[in-house]
Order: sequence, then structure tokens, then C-alpha cells
Amino acid sequence: MTKKARRAFFFRRSKLMNASLLRDLKKRLGAAALLHAPEDLLLYEYDGSVEIARPNCVVFPSTTDDVAAIVEIANRYQTPVVGRGAGTGLSGGALARRGGILIVFSRMNRILDIDLENQRATVQPGVVNSDLSAAVAHAGLHFAPDPSSQKACTIGGNVAENSGGPHTLAYGVTTSHVLAMQVVLPTGETIRIGNSALDAPGYDLTGLFVGSEGTLGLVTEITVKLTRLPESVKTLLAVFDRVDDATETVADVTARGITPAACEMLDGWTLRAVEDYVHAGFPLDSAGVLLFDVDGVCEAAESHAIEVAEVCRAHAAREVRVARDSQERELLWKGRKNAFGAVGRLSPTYYVQDGVIPRTKLPATLRRIDEIGKRYGFEIGNIFHAGDGNLHPLILFDARDPEQLRRVIAASDEIIRFCIEMGGSITGEHGVGMEKDRLMPLLFSEIDLDVMRGVRDAFNPVGLLNPDKIFPVKKGCGEIHVQPLPLQGSGAGARA
Amino acid sequence: MTLTASAVSSRLAEISGVDHVLENPAELAPYAMGARRPAAAVRPGTAAEAAEIVKFAAAEGFATVPIGARTKLSMSAPPRRFDLALDMTRLDRLLAYDPGDLTLGVEAGMPLARLTSLLAEHHQFLPLAVPFFAAATVGGTIASGMHTPLRQFYGAPRDYLLGMEFVTGEGKRAKSGGRVVKNVTGYDLHKLMIGAQGTLGAIVSINFRTFPMPGRKRALAARFDDAASALEMRYRIAASPLTPLTLDILSPGASQILTSAAAAQLELGVLPDGLLSAAHWTLTAGFAGNDAVLDRYTRDLLRIAEQSRAAHIATLDGPEVAAAFARQREFVAIALRSSPAPTILKIGVLPTKMKDVLDAAARATAESELSYAAIAAGLGIIHVALLPIERSEPASRIVRSAAAAIIAAAAAAGGHASIPWKPENWEMPLDAPSIEPAALAGMQRLKNLFDPRGILSPGRGPGGI
Repeated sequence: MTKKARRAFFFRRSKLMNASLLRDLKKRLGAAALLHAPEDLLLYEYDGSVEIARPNCVVFPSTTDDVAAIVEIANRYQTPVVGRGAGTGLSGGALARRGGILIVFSRMNRILDIDLENQRATVQPGVVNSDLSAAVAHAGLHFAPDPSSQKACTIGGNVAENSGGPHTLAYGVTTSHVLAMQVVLPTGETIRIGNSALDAPGYDLTGLFVGSEGTLGLVTEITVKLTRLPESVKTLLAVFDRVDDATETVADVTARGITPAACEMLDGWTLRAVEDYVHAGFPLDSAGVLLFDVDGVCEAAESHAIEVAEVCRAHAAREVRVARDSQERELLWKGRKNAFGAVGRLSPTYYVQDGVIPRTKLPATLRRIDEIGKRYGFEIGNIFHAGDGNLHPLILFDARDPEQLRRVIAASDEIIRFCIEMGGSITGEHGVGMEKDRLMPLLFSEIDLDVMRGVRDAFNPVGLLNPDKIFPVKKGCGEIHVQPLPLQGSGAGARA
Repeated sequence: MTLTASAVSSRLAEISGVDHVLENPAELAPYAMGARRPAAAVRPGTAAEAAEIVKFAAAEGFATVPIGARTKLSMSAPPRRFDLALDMTRLDRLLAYDPGDLTLGVEAGMPLARLTSLLAEHHQFLPLAVPFFAAATVGGTIASGMHTPLRQFYGAPRDYLLGMEFVTGEGKRAKSGGRVVKNVTGYDLHKLMIGAQGTLGAIVSINFRTFPMPGRKRALAARFDDAASALEMRYRIAASPLTPLTLDILSPGASQILTSAAAAQLELGVLPDGLLSAAHWTLTAGFAGNDAVLDRYTRDLLRIAEQSRAAHIATLDGPEVAAAFARQREFVAIALRSSPAPTILKIGVLPTKMKDVLDAAARATAESELSYAAIAAGLGIIHVALLPIERSEPASRIVRSAAAAIIAAAAAAGGHASIPWKPENWEMPLDAPSIEPAALAGMQRLKNLFDPRGILSPGRGPGGI
């Protein structure tokens, strides 16, 4: 067969296979649970990052049995399967990098059980993060992980990515709140792991599966802990004239053993962008602000607030403002949570990183980021979870210019290498996905990666589930955010 | 073994030096696990040596058990085979400590007590308040998955363990995680090693998040006529805005052993007279903070205790808090000294189901007048020690039937049970905790991956893996 004939043959074969696959899926799930028209698939070819990968079809299971049946069909056709929640992820985790079937969990969005006395809830993966908190708020409880996308992102997605959020500084990231799961393995087998009681016997499979970025199994039920809301929360805004003073404050708060519930930083450039959009009351002429929550019983929140304010003033804070009421608190937090969207209004494209550094290295790292931005001629905004050293530098650039794209990746790599030199990591909460896989060898040896690949293969032997994620396959192009539309509709809330 | 003993020891000596290979029976006796005694013990001085030893053991098929301070050799099942004791105690270095960042990297053989002193210099600590605290190593504590009462506030080790390096059953040095407090890079393999009893890898070093010491500590102890009232107080605290550091309920038998001569031998400080009563159930809650916070907790807890019909309430300050706390921490160690044939069950249930298990323990022991002691952590972890007065066949039957009743109650309550300690050769209603077959198959796949020759602590893992 000539090369041309072979290509034609495979094309015909894959078309036939595709038609037959679609027929089987339709037969099992019904036409209303299947999308395959190119215009319908467009919506599912991207997530909160900007990698693009189009699935062959999208399915909407309603039950665990549906999921198992889909996996069985996928096995029959040797077609990749990728799970997806709300698509707010920032590393391409929910994209069908090698095509295949995209399983969207939006119809599996029921809260199955709430046990207020034991502070447990069992949910389907498509339940929106903040919906669970809303459902238990009347009892003074909440689901503690609070990614900035919490009004859109799903708990299934949180489990896959081991999501963080501002308040996970004190309350712990998703993995600390997940007790048990029902999982459909890539073999089609359904298993239960963990237990709603603590210390389930045997190896901690729950701990392994949470944060495995959808490469080990498809989670169809999740039992989580619910956390009591604190009696009192105080929100402080500290305003600084020098970035160094702000970052040194964070290091000092940490070193003094004060654990705020949240500690976020916005630099001057970012807060001006935010203020223009949200009108949160951020001071426009400052070099940066720190946003703290302290909580606990009234007496504890009160004393923590005093301690935090003292440290801020010791580092030349121009002003330390304590939110007077819940309205003012919410406004300040709205400014933080909508910051990425605000930046999206200013630039056609930005590149966001998720590096982590030891908190003692914050001042040096922000100085280095500033220096790198100047050297490359890029505007870089910094808005991040300062309290746990999780950076989110936003590099503004124009992706239409290939030279800029090349340079932004070079600048970003310099930042990531600096984070690693400081003893840090490449991702704190966004995941590796298909965007940072090429960076994995900076942190892990070939042996480390082989052992991890072995774990993947133990559960996902032929790579049917979410193929070519986490582990380096080929040169990727990083987390680049392209706005589909210039102004509104940017999915602004869906950012960490 | 295919090699002669002298060939083995000369190879081990080549790796770690002749001074660190033990072969004579007297030297090996302390490494015995049940009836099994290793043919040799070796003390690697570096992670590279540990890897080299395991590689050699894998090539020869030597069953190898990583061992720390030997405080928990009688825990869980003894290994099916036992050729080589991999003594990790020379790997006891502090690798990195960044007090300003509250992170730490430490070798597995570091004694907890020494690490605690190092951290105390910076007014920090790790919430690993585990039995055998005075001798235990960090690695052994993690590999054994020990419960710590401080979990009530600080979470379990899996919540503050940031990363790990371990040697696989093929002698490969692998790592996961990192040394920053937030990190989602790669699979969390280190979580698999917690409580795995060395069946997946030999832990060589661990990175932790450390914690600032809380302010002044105080505790409240409330006595009750029955378990139900103590549990009601636990529930009222859980439903309140209070977040105590510890919250535990002691059975009358637990109060008895914690104030016994066996407990006194451990030199855990002086308890106020009459604090713990062997006629009552006792709830203890530890808390910390500045004066305003302490007063608030004391006030609220006193009120809650009264609402829950406490028969007697005491508050503890200063060294009394430490003395009471140390006894609760050492419950397992004290229970093991409180009978010639102790059996200890560990049960996990939802907090509201704890009463079912505690009632079952009381019922199952009452008929046969078997002594028992139970300590229930507020989050739903119960340790029940069955303490017969003699090591005899009739005693074994009585203990077996009591254990069966307690395990059945845990299962009926939707929980799970295991028997981490039992007299050797005593048959028990379950040899290993019950795990769903499909999940167990997943665990077996991990075992096959990490340890394809099956040389690491064979038989000590879940389901006898």
C-alpha cells in the first residue's frame, strides 16, 4: 500500500469505527446524552488553560453504571476516555489530548447524603463546590476547600486536581477532606475505596487517587468531611508602599507562628486592574496589599487580628484596615477572587504560573520575578496565596506574535527554575496536566517518574484513561490563557 | 538463602562496614518478631547503602524488614519469612530545617524525642503524639500508622507529611512530594507508605510541615456515670464553635490502667490525686491559647459538662496537663504492660456510632469478667484493650469471643476493625482487617509494583500482603 492509500485506509477505518462507537454509546445512553457534531464539540475542546484538544464525542452519564458502560465501550474500541467536571481546570487535565470520549459529569450532580451529626456528605462528582457548602450552611457547616472557581467547579474536579484555595492555608487542601470514593477503573470495574469512618484499613488508595488528575479512575461518588464554620472571622487589608515590605510581612507572620485562615497578596499593578473592575476599595497608589482572614472563637479571632496587624505595622504597612462588616469583607474577597478576570480585560493573553516556594523566600522570589519581567520586557502581575508560598505570576503578552510566545515561555521557565532552586515546586494547586508535564524532570528523577508511571499502569494498564497527562511525552507549550472574547464572558470567576 | 551465611555477611559488610552487620544470635534476639528471628541485621549509614542492601536482598530473595527503634515489633502480623533486619537507626540526621518556613526534612531513623527537642528550640513541634514516644523513630511511627490524640485539631500525619524518599523492593531510591506546604506535583506515593508496615518500601527520609507551639495549655476532665453522657458531651463540643486540641473519652478500665503501677513505670509525670476514677467514664479536652481564649474554653466546657450531667469536673493547668496528656498518648504502651496476654483492637466508626462499639465492649467483657480498657478519640477512633489476668487457653477463648462481638458491633455500625496487637499464636476472629476484595486487589497490584519479589515485610500488609 502506498503511503497515500494507507492514510486513506486508516481514515476510512477510523471513520467507520467512530460511527460504530457513536452508535453503541447512543444505544446505551440515549441520544440526549451524546454530542458529536463538530459545533457541539467546540465548547469541550478547551478548559481554563488554553491548550486545545477536541474529543471525538462528549457523553453525559447519569449513573455509575452509565460510567462503567462507557468505559466498557471505550475498551471495546480502544478509545481514550477523559473525565471532566466544569472545565475550569488550569492545566488541561480535562482535555481529550488524544481525542476519544469526554465524560462530562454535569448530570451526576446530586448530593446523595448529608449527615450533619457526623459532619459528612456523600456527593456525585458533578456537584458544584459552593452548592455543597450552601446546602449545609444552615447547620453552620461548609466544605472547606474553596478554589476561586468554587461557584462553577465541581467536587469531582476538585478531587482529580486536589484543589486548593485561599482558606486551605488553615483548613487543608481537598485530599484532607475526602474520606471515601466510588471509582470506575479504566478496566470497567467499579470499586469502593476508603471509608466514611477514619483510618480505613489497608493502603491509602484514597490518598493516592485524590490529585491523580483523572489518570487512575473515574470517581462517581465522593464522601467528604464537612467543617464547622468559625464563630468569628475578621478580614484585614494591609497596604504597603514597597513590595518587599509586604513579602517580608508574610515571612514574618509565618515565622512567628501565626496561622491566619487565609493570607493573599495582590501587587500594585494587579490591584489597580482589579479596582477598575470590581471597585473593592483597594488603594490605587500602593505597591501591594495583603488580605488576611483570621478566625476561630471570638476571643481567638480578636487576638489573631491584633497580632497580624502588629506584624504588618512592624513592616511599615501604611494602613491596616479591618473590614467593618460582612459586606465589606465580601467586597474585599470579591476583588481577590475576580482578579484573574480583571487582568483578562487588559491583555489578549496571559500566562499564569502556579509555582510554590518556601515562605522565607518570598521577598527574593518576587524581586527575581520583577527583574525577569523587566529583562524580557513583559508586564507581570502577582496575585497569589502568599501564606502557603503558592505564586501566580501573570505574564501579559500577545499570543498572536510567535516571537512573544517564545519569549514568554523562556521568561516563565526562568521563574519556575528559580522556584525550584529555592526548594519549591512547579505546581501548588493547578495540576501538571498537559501543560507542565515537560517540567516534571526538573523535580523528579527518571526513577521517581518510572515508579509513578508504574502506579498509573497498575490501574490504567493500556493508557485508556486520560492518556498523555502528568508525565512528559513531548514538548508542551505551558499555561497560556487566550481570551475567547475581549471583555465579558471571560469565565472570570473560574480562576484560582 | 542460596548463599552461605558468610558470603551474605561479607556482602553486607562490604556495603555498610563490618561493624554494622550483626549475625550472632544474642545480637539478633532483639530483632525477633514473634517466633521469627532474622539471619542477619544490617545498619546502613546512608540512603544509598540502604538501597544497595535492598537490591542485594531482592537479588537473593531475602525477606527484609525495615526496623526503627524496635518498639512495635509485636504489632500486626509477624513477617511470613524473615531473613534480614534492615535497621534504620543510623539514618538519624536532620536533613533540612527551615524554622521560618515551618518545614522539615528528616531521616527515618531520627528518634521522635530528639526531633521534638530540636523543634522546641524554635518553639515548634510535630503533632506526632504516639505511644512509645520516648524511643520511637519518625520512620517507624509513620510506617506503623500510629494514632495521635492531637489529630483532633492538627489532622493525621497524611495531612502534614509533605514528601518522602523510600527504597522500593527492587532497591530503587524513589521520592514523591516535596518540602513546600502546598504541592500537587506527581502522585502522592508517600501517603501509601503511611501505615503500610514497610511492605511497599523502606522509608529513608520524610519531609514534614511543622507547627508553632500553641499558647498556654489547659485541659478539662469531666467524669460521668455512663458512656452515653460522656458521648453526649463529645457531641455538644463538636456542635459548638470550640476546636479543642484533644478530645478523648476513657472507659473506667482505661482510667484504672492509666493510673496503675504499670503506667507509673513509664515516668509520665504526676497526675492530681483522684483525677481519673476507675468507677467512671471520663471525657478529657485539651485546649490552648492566650488568657482570653483559655477562659472562654473553660467557661464553655464547664457549661457543656454540666448540661451533659457530669458527676465531677476538674480543670488542669501546667504540668498536670502534660502528665494527663502523656498517659493518653501512651495508652497502647500502658495497656500492653497491663496484662500477661493483652489484645488491642483498633476500631474506626462514625462518631455517633461510638456508643454501639463501647456498649458492645462493656457487654462482651461483663459476662466473662474480662478486664478491658477503651479510649475513644472524638473523631471516631477507638482502641479497646482486652486484658485477661492470665495467658491461658481459657483466657484466649474468652478474649476471642469478646473480640468477635466488638468487631461485629463495629461492622454493624458501618465501621471497621483491626487487631494490631495480640498474643502470639492466639487465634483471633480476624487475622487482618476486612477490605473489599476489589480494593484489596488494587492494593495487591501496588505491592507487586513496589516489591515484585515480595521481599519487603512479607505478610505484614493489608490482607496478609
